[in-house]
Amino acid sequence: MRITCPHCGNRSLDEFIYLGDATVQRPDPARPDALAAFVDYVYQRENPVGRHRELWYHNAGCHAWLVVTRDVRTHEIFGVEPAKEVSLSEKTTGAAR
Amino acid sequence: MANDRFSIFKVISEALGGHKGWQPMWREPEPKPAYDVIIVGGGGHGLAAAYYLAKVYGVKNIAVVEKGWIGSGNVGRNTTIIRSNYLLPGNVPFYELSMKLWEGLEQDFNYNAMISQRGIINLFHSDAQRDAYVRRGNAMRLHGVDAELLDAAGVKKHLPFLNFTNNRFPIQGGLRQARGGTVRHDAVAWGYARGADAQGVDIIQSCEVTGIRTEKGRAVGIETTRGYIGAKKIGLACAGNSSRVASMAGLNLPIESHVLQAFVSEGIKPFIDTVVTFGAGHFYISQSDKGGLVFGGDLDGYNSYAQRGNLPTIEDVCEGGMALMPAIGRVRLLRHWGGIMDMSMDGSPIIDKTPIDGLYLNAGWCYGGFKATPASGFCFAHLLAKDEMHSVGTAYRLDRFATGHTIDEKGVGAQPNLH
Amino acid sequence: MTLPPGSSRMSKGGQIDRSTPVDFSFDGRSYQGFAGDTLASALLANNVRLIGRSFKYHRPRGLIAAGSEEPNGIVELRSDARREPNTRATMIELYQGLEAESQNRWPSLDFDLLSINSFLSPFLTAGFYYKTFMWPAALWEKLYEPIIRRAAGLGKASGLDDPDHYEKSTLFCDVLVIGSGPAGLMAARAAARSGARVVLAEEDSALGGRLLGDQRIIDGLSSAEWAAKMAAELEAEPDVRILRRTAVFGVYDGGTYGALERVSDHLAEPHHHAPRQRLWRIVAKRAVLAAVAIERPLVFGNNDRPGIMLAGAVRTYLHRFGVASGSNAIVFVNNDDAASTVSELAAAGVSVAALVDPRPVVSPVVEALAKKAGIRVISGGSVERALGSKSVSGAEIRLQDGNLLTLPCDLIAMSGGWNPSVHLTTHLNGRPVWNSSIAAFVPGAVPPGMAVAGSASGALSLADAITMGDSLGQDAAIAAGFKAKKSALPSVEPESTAIQPLWRVVNARGKSFVDFQNDVSVLDIELAEREGFRSVEHLKRYTTLGMATDQGKTANVNGLALMAEFAAKAIENVGTTVMRPPFSPVAIGAFGGHHREKNFKPTRLPPSHEWAVEQGAVFVEAGYWLRAQYYPKPGEKDWLETVTREVKAARSSVGVCDVSTLGKIDIQGADAAEFLERVYINGWKNLAIGRARYGLMLREDGIVMDDGTTTRLGEDHFFMTTTTANAAKVMQHLEFCHQWLWPDLDVQMISATEQWAQFSLAGPHVRDVLLKLVDPEHDISNAAFPYMAAGEITVCGGTRARLYRLSFSGELAFEIGVPSRHGDALIRKIMEAGAEYGITPYGTEALGVMRIEKGHVAGAELNGISTAGDLGLGRMMSIKKDYIGRVLAGRPALVDPNRPVVVGFRPVDRKRRIRAGAHFIRQGLEAAAQNDEGYMTSVAFSPSIGHWIGLGFLARGPERMGEIIRACDPIRGEEYLVEVVSPIFYDPEGEKLRG
Repeated sequence: MRITCPHCGNRSLDEFIYLGDATVQRPDPARPDALAAFVDYVYQRENPVGRHRELWYHNAGCHAWLVVTRDVRTHEIFGVEPAKEVSLSEKTTGAAR
Repeated sequence: MANDRFSIFKVISEALGGHKGWQPMWREPEPKPAYDVIIVGGGGHGLAAAYYLAKVYGVKNIAVVEKGWIGSGNVGRNTTIIRSNYLLPGNVPFYELSMKLWEGLEQDFNYNAMISQRGIINLFHSDAQRDAYVRRGNAMRLHGVDAELLDAAGVKKHLPFLNFTNNRFPIQGGLRQARGGTVRHDAVAWGYARGADAQGVDIIQSCEVTGIRTEKGRAVGIETTRGYIGAKKIGLACAGNSSRVASMAGLNLPIESHVLQAFVSEGIKPFIDTVVTFGAGHFYISQSDKGGLVFGGDLDGYNSYAQRGNLPTIEDVCEGGMALMPAIGRVRLLRHWGGIMDMSMDGSPIIDKTPIDGLYLNAGWCYGGFKATPASGFCFAHLLAKDEMHSVGTAYRLDRFATGHTIDEKGVGAQPNLH
Repeated sequence: MTLPPGSSRMSKGGQIDRSTPVDFSFDGRSYQGFAGDTLASALLANNVRLIGRSFKYHRPRGLIAAGSEEPNGIVELRSDARREPNTRATMIELYQGLEAESQNRWPSLDFDLLSINSFLSPFLTAGFYYKTFMWPAALWEKLYEPIIRRAAGLGKASGLDDPDHYEKSTLFCDVLVIGSGPAGLMAARAAARSGARVVLAEEDSALGGRLLGDQRIIDGLSSAEWAAKMAAELEAEPDVRILRRTAVFGVYDGGTYGALERVSDHLAEPHHHAPRQRLWRIVAKRAVLAAVAIERPLVFGNNDRPGIMLAGAVRTYLHRFGVASGSNAIVFVNNDDAASTVSELAAAGVSVAALVDPRPVVSPVVEALAKKAGIRVISGGSVERALGSKSVSGAEIRLQDGNLLTLPCDLIAMSGGWNPSVHLTTHLNGRPVWNSSIAAFVPGAVPPGMAVAGSASGALSLADAITMGDSLGQDAAIAAGFKAKKSALPSVEPESTAIQPLWRVVNARGKSFVDFQNDVSVLDIELAEREGFRSVEHLKRYTTLGMATDQGKTANVNGLALMAEFAAKAIENVGTTVMRPPFSPVAIGAFGGHHREKNFKPTRLPPSHEWAVEQGAVFVEAGYWLRAQYYPKPGEKDWLETVTREVKAARSSVGVCDVSTLGKIDIQGADAAEFLERVYINGWKNLAIGRARYGLMLREDGIVMDDGTTTRLGEDHFFMTTTTANAAKVMQHLEFCHQWLWPDLDVQMISATEQWAQFSLAGPHVRDVLLKLVDPEHDISNAAFPYMAAGEITVCGGTRARLYRLSFSGELAFEIGVPSRHGDALIRKIMEAGAEYGITPYGTEALGVMRIEKGHVAGAELNGISTAGDLGLGRMMSIKKDYIGRVLAGRPALVDPNRPVVVGFRPVDRKRRIRAGAHFIRQGLEAAAQNDEGYMTSVAFSPSIGHWIGLGFLARGPERMGEIIRACDPIRGEEYLVEVVSPIFYDPEGEKLRG
């Protein structure tokens, strides 16, 4: 598998470290049901069969976190975005993950 | 249900009759409209659960439904190791029950699964690793499980061809469990299937579950590619696809599906007499009865349902092999493949009721499900029959992530690809 | 024509170099071949037909193929540490002095005792072992299994370290062409002419594929000449890289192809510094698979006798190697491939006793050719049984009229049709599809970016291969962004590839083999069906069909077809098993490359390493780092004496230790303090500039991730240290927090671990030493530079440095950091400056002893399942803010008062040594799991106190001070009593470090 880092270009899998699902969002720690919300955030996963938005870290490159959209049945990659930009735009637009 | 008893005498008499008299190992029944218990997943765990449910817990009218062919999941694509060298109290008694069941399994189900207690040695390469293994070995001993601490010379007696002199991470010793070993993996699925079939269990292959029907919060049956089948109880034993099947009942699980690769070499004459794991690289190896070196290493590390992996992991595993035993350099890799691991968020399995009445879950086996097959089947059967967990598996609750009673052998937290 | 005695070499012809004879030996006997031979062709030329024994029945076997699909002709090549078991004779290029041995036989190939298995074969059918050897249970491991294991396996591994080395390389190209038969050559040329960067990979030593083994005319040249001309043309192209002896073995995601180049396998030994083999990772925008097709054997009685060969292989030996595989042949085929076999054998002077074709009407072309050559044609007939044992001596042929005809022969050339080499198309989960017109599976869905040309695609004729290769080569170049150029296509005469499948000869007598190497016969497949193993995967696993070293290249399709017959299904409904990489076996050493022995992983050396070597230090691996463990002096009897001296020196005078391996992260930005607030459990906003603080961070699940000190160097500038082990993990975590969780914070960070050499100086005389190093304008008095002070200074006359008043040892201590390039100089200056105080370097052992004496937690306690409370640090958890891990740290199990907590332990018998890993059991209770209350994590002999001390986790530990409990260490056979004490053994008030 190869990932095209928006900063570094097309690179081999072994430069990257995988974290997981990019659709979960750290809950507001002040909300009344924070404990349950954090349990969901940390432990519960959709684990879909198909397209998966996921976080990767360009460890042997620019140290950017990336949001990769990938089909987990075929490993086909549809898109790679810098996580910081995704996160910022979500925060500005208030879009849910 | 016309199972013959297998023995040398039976083999001889059939040979003399041109092998015309052998019966199918299991029937190919049409699904009935309803069963008392349906187990989804004709892998090792599902078949074992059906076998014990019928044989030990006396439940009749059971079906196992399998989307492909029985044994097509991880029971048919693992590296065949059995062991009970666990650390944490939630795990040790369970895996030890499994080991005890392995030890009598062939006679119990009258099928030679070639259970071979050749021993397993986990190597350590630093004082800190040694201390961790001592702690583990002592935990095992306190649970009544066999464990032995070897120094480098002790390891050398078992594995003279390891790299003792020029290793990047010198071998200091190892933790050995003599009762660990290997099993002919496919035969486990076949033996349980044959045994379950003889008890009247319907094994229904090529029958994919497409939906779980619930009424008033209770699961009442499954939609399949072969029609609707009703059930009083439904047990999910479909590791690798647990999330997908559970989602049919609206459940989200603390599980990710990951790929783990495995490797086999060309057959060679006996070379490695035990199972050995490298403590400073991602590599473990044993030799099958047929002569192939069977080895593996780490997960590829990303979510996948593809049953195959990529080159970096293959190279990483072989690098570990060459660091540990450069004598395998000219032995050739014959085949590598991948399985889908049900990676739970703490690295330990789940055997529990679900929030939906009548729906039971056996999942999250990570890459360690094979050795657990007998105990997993036994405990799942117990749960399905009695609605309560068997005493050795009480830690495997679904709510442990909320309460904090996670069972994290590796201490890496909610990061499935690191377990 | 007559053959020379003892030789089947034709007097002329072939692509061998007859001027260069090559000596070799097989099973100890000497032979001669020519340069350009394979071991297989050279053995055949010397009339050596019996080459191996089969896996189960130990039946005598000879070559059936000429390429990598060979199932029978496998040998042990070379000797001693270079011995390679299971090496296909067809893939070994002959070199001077080659030694090979047959395998899986005892005492000799000719007389093999285990060939008795052949007589026992009625009992040894598929899966017999699952049904027996169960009684008595104890005998399985003691008797049955050892016998089976010894009988199984094939060749012997050397058991010695592989003396050769391997390389790994990555190659990028626009178009990868796999295989250099007619389609591959055309594809490579077409892509190259467009300007694309092309890699052409060929498994064989020469380009041409079947062009080398067949005798066709292309543009007026013989096929081999045409291949050579094309090869020369491609060589001249600047952007074409030709990899000979390179098998593409696997397809991986993202256009990555694994390939193995056999750089030196055609030599007795690799040249100096040359690798034996090279593993290529080829990254290609597009690929054209032109991997030809593999011929199918026919399944009839005793079809495994030496001398029964694939027709295509017979032609290859004839044309490429100038070897006649026999002198009196029967050609048994079900397809029009017969045409060339019959005519070419006849033209070479090999007498052909009969052409046997099960089709009732043989194609007129073939008929005419046979007639012309005076060969008897038996249409509608089949060979039911081959005669002979170690060599075929005749055939029993059932004629169309039902009569049986026995003909003598020493060669049966068979062809059951051709299977396209679809393997590489399936590696990314594509499944082949059935094509009834050629009676074979052809590629179905192919990997992204791949196209399949020529016979690999099912286009079996030469003309089709040429056309298709050219057009797919152009397509690939266009898809890779180039403009294709049209070229004229070479002309060839037409041919017929008509076939009528014959999956087995129904009334065969004797065993009819499907998988030769694994001895899977028709009966086994029938039995599998009878017992319910009807899925192809069950068939494979139960009978071992396709699981031998050839992975069923010649066997699988026949096996599937027979299962279809027995299960009364269509072949397309039976399906295929999943083909897995590698296409042909790859040495494990090649995947390992240089990463073996000391080079397994990189070695990181701290800045003082060279100096420490000079001091005679003993080193220890700490992750990839190599750190000084202790510095023995002459006369010291063991490490304990050395470490004790080092600790005493640090505690009584002054010691120095390289701590550069700690992770260091430079954090800057207006929100840097806020950022630390969120990642650490304790407070940071009130930390003054020029001060350091101990920090603890959790994972989001509430478990401790790491600890370390962080210094505030400016309003917006912090310098964090992490543990050595977790440096990379913490860096990744902080980047995650910043980039993903809180991208709006104004903060930047960079790892500075490698940039700073850092030394810890500890002991009462530390300030005296420092005064000689630190430039005088910096005041390091206790008043000006108190405990936990930190700042930028200069040393040794203007060298930039940082000074931190930190103490892990519990002594008055400083850490001094300089840019890494000055590290070596600084340690020497420190030693010089400290000489008058007897400054003593200490290693990780003494460091560990002093931290245990002080009750500081480290790796053994930060075990990934402990909470801040477990470490006795619960009070650091701020209640005024949120931080990573706060919420989940409040889960019931994590705040359970019964959790084990770190406390200190000392042996009741003070002379006794205690050890880590012992478990704690209350006195009077059974040493059993239900009474397990914790375990010892770290121990040390404390020179300061004079006995062994330990840290460990104990349930409700802090409430149990003074309690005597049992430390049980059954795996070491030890048990002793220990007393629960405070974890701080040394200077509990902390007076020294503030001094």
